[in-house]
Amino acid sequence: MSGLGIFQDLFSAAVAVGTPILFTAIGEIIAEKSGVQNLGLEGMMYMGAITAFLSGLALTSSGLPSTTALIIVIILAAIVGALVASIHAFLCLSLRANQIVSGLALSILGTGLSYYIGKVFISDPTAIIKTRLTQFTFADAVQIPVVGEILRIFLNQDILVYLAYIMVILVWFYMYKTQKGLDLRAIGENPGAADAVGVNVKLSRYVYVMIGGAFAGIGGSALIISASSVGQWGQGMVAGRGWIAIALVIFARWNPKLVIWGAYLFGVAIALVSRAQVYGWFNNIYILNMVPYVATIVVLMVTFIFSKNKDIGEPEALGKPYDREER
Amino acid sequence: MLKVEKRMETPTYLKVVIPIVSVLVAILFSSLILLITGENALAALNTIFAGSLINWQEVLVNGVSLMIIGIGIAIAFKMVIWNIGAAGQMMMGMIFAAGVALFLHVWIPPALLLPAMFIAAIIGGGLWALISGGAKAVWNVNEVITSLLLNYVALYILQFLVNGPWKGVKSMGFPQTDPFPEAARIPTIFPTGRLHYGLLIAIIVVIVFYFLLNKSRWGYEIRVIGEGRNVARYGGMSLAKNIFIAMFASGALAGLAGAIQVSALEGRLSPHMNTDIGYTAIIVVWLSRLHPLVIGIVSVFMGALLYAETSLPAAGIPTEIAKLMQGLILFFVIAGDFFSRYKVKMVKE
Repeated sequence: MSGLGIFQDLFSAAVAVGTPILFTAIGEIIAEKSGVQNLGLEGMMYMGAITAFLSGLALTSSGLPSTTALIIVIILAAIVGALVASIHAFLCLSLRANQIVSGLALSILGTGLSYYIGKVFISDPTAIIKTRLTQFTFADAVQIPVVGEILRIFLNQDILVYLAYIMVILVWFYMYKTQKGLDLRAIGENPGAADAVGVNVKLSRYVYVMIGGAFAGIGGSALIISASSVGQWGQGMVAGRGWIAIALVIFARWNPKLVIWGAYLFGVAIALVSRAQVYGWFNNIYILNMVPYVATIVVLMVTFIFSKNKDIGEPEALGKPYDREER
Repeated sequence: MLKVEKRMETPTYLKVVIPIVSVLVAILFSSLILLITGENALAALNTIFAGSLINWQEVLVNGVSLMIIGIGIAIAFKMVIWNIGAAGQMMMGMIFAAGVALFLHVWIPPALLLPAMFIAAIIGGGLWALISGGAKAVWNVNEVITSLLLNYVALYILQFLVNGPWKGVKSMGFPQTDPFPEAARIPTIFPTGRLHYGLLIAIIVVIVFYFLLNKSRWGYEIRVIGEGRNVARYGGMSLAKNIFIAMFASGALAGLAGAIQVSALEGRLSPHMNTDIGYTAIIVVWLSRLHPLVIGIVSVFMGALLYAETSLPAAGIPTEIAKLMQGLILFFVIAGDFFSRYKVKMVKE
């Protein structure tokens, strides 16, 4: 394959495998901007994945048109993600629990529950979703060399990847160009002031945490039904992507426009694991498997080292419970 | 109408009753899940609890690891440093101990081999924890994420070693090292069963750190820092230095637990070692409210639940319920905390 061909292949794969992390990270940005940190992303992705797997198995063989079936699968995964997130919202917002420990609990709980539900499928080689999303391209019209190839990296993907592009723009627009978005940022920066001007802090945080969960659920579903996935359920399949997404939020300084590039950067690290072997660049699978995690840790450290005045752009009230009566 | 009021102080009886009730609710809830999914909930509970009594040695074997790792996690948590990388630190301890047992044993007198392995594991686990601890102390890098992701890195280092350079000549193709020499094995206490003298080490760790954390200057500084960074700074305590020490100690204990486990149980390094125990220890610590002596007791209880993971399949019940139960316990304990911090009162309108 030509140099450009390899480049295109590696980066197309990076965009595809970066997408589940991108969805999850966008959701976390929404939740954290409202002041609630949710470390349960890993668990919510697992729940999204098992939901997508079970509903996908049932729906793609039910006679429904495959696109309709897969869209329902994505919606179901989003709903389950939101429901799981509501547990975190309840613990942190209603029971005023420590957000870090509650998030950990959610990760352990989501992982445990999905393992329990999916237990019968791990040794069943026939449990595969055969009809998955397919790639389709918008870039065929562009026949300019190199430019066309680069465009196809982004525009020869499945519908979830395109949905992710749209979501990045929508979330950015919502957060920075609408009154509701201003309120969202206000409750994460200064909930007291937001409350004073009539924003329902607790209710809003509930909603945003659940929206965050819905995104993580979609992220999890992408691991099952996207064009680049294998359509099988497996324990350990999320493999820390939820935690990488949290690192990504910090790396992107809570900015939806930056998070997309970060997600694809981590996508490269993940895509390298398989591509390096295919192209014979490097063959030690154990060392290759470390790359995404080491890259995340290094990038996270660099983000902190080079942040000016210790300000990494974190919402002021992040992780702090807000209690009207205790003010 | 219900009214929520903050408690000034939690009554002692509630500190005991609430966690116990939370655990019972979690067990009830798990049984419900079993029933709904068509499993025999009674048989499951019987396997977990009666089975644990019969195989109490295995329960204590798990308890040993949980106690030592739990104390380590509690040190960090007391300072509000979230070390959730015990699993990886434990693996590093295993790797360092195995390195000494396999490659340095010819130069070390047999009587000193086990201590040398422990020291190596303490250094290995401690330094591994210092990657995230140091970054936290110096640059304020979020330690939750770094310590957790380092678990994956440690796992692949372990896999790399047992599949590559450390793969044993007598391993018959399995990804494992050669067996350790006899002097590198912690002996069992009884002629039958796997309970080993690591239990003594665990008990010593619990008691020593109970005194260190509650009666020493170091423990005092940790508590003050945990209650508020600014107060500590005002009192002239070095935050960075304390984070360094706490994270090293935290990782060192996880490393020690790893060394004990690999030496007493497997006698060789392989990727099948129970390092999930590093996550379970977090639940133990939270359930114990970071109290060292309580960690000692709760570790045994959680050790029983961990043992169930191996005994449930024989009873025809999916082993995953044990993991789910752990998650539910943590969930209900966190929820239960609310009632120890707040009073819920009925108020007439």
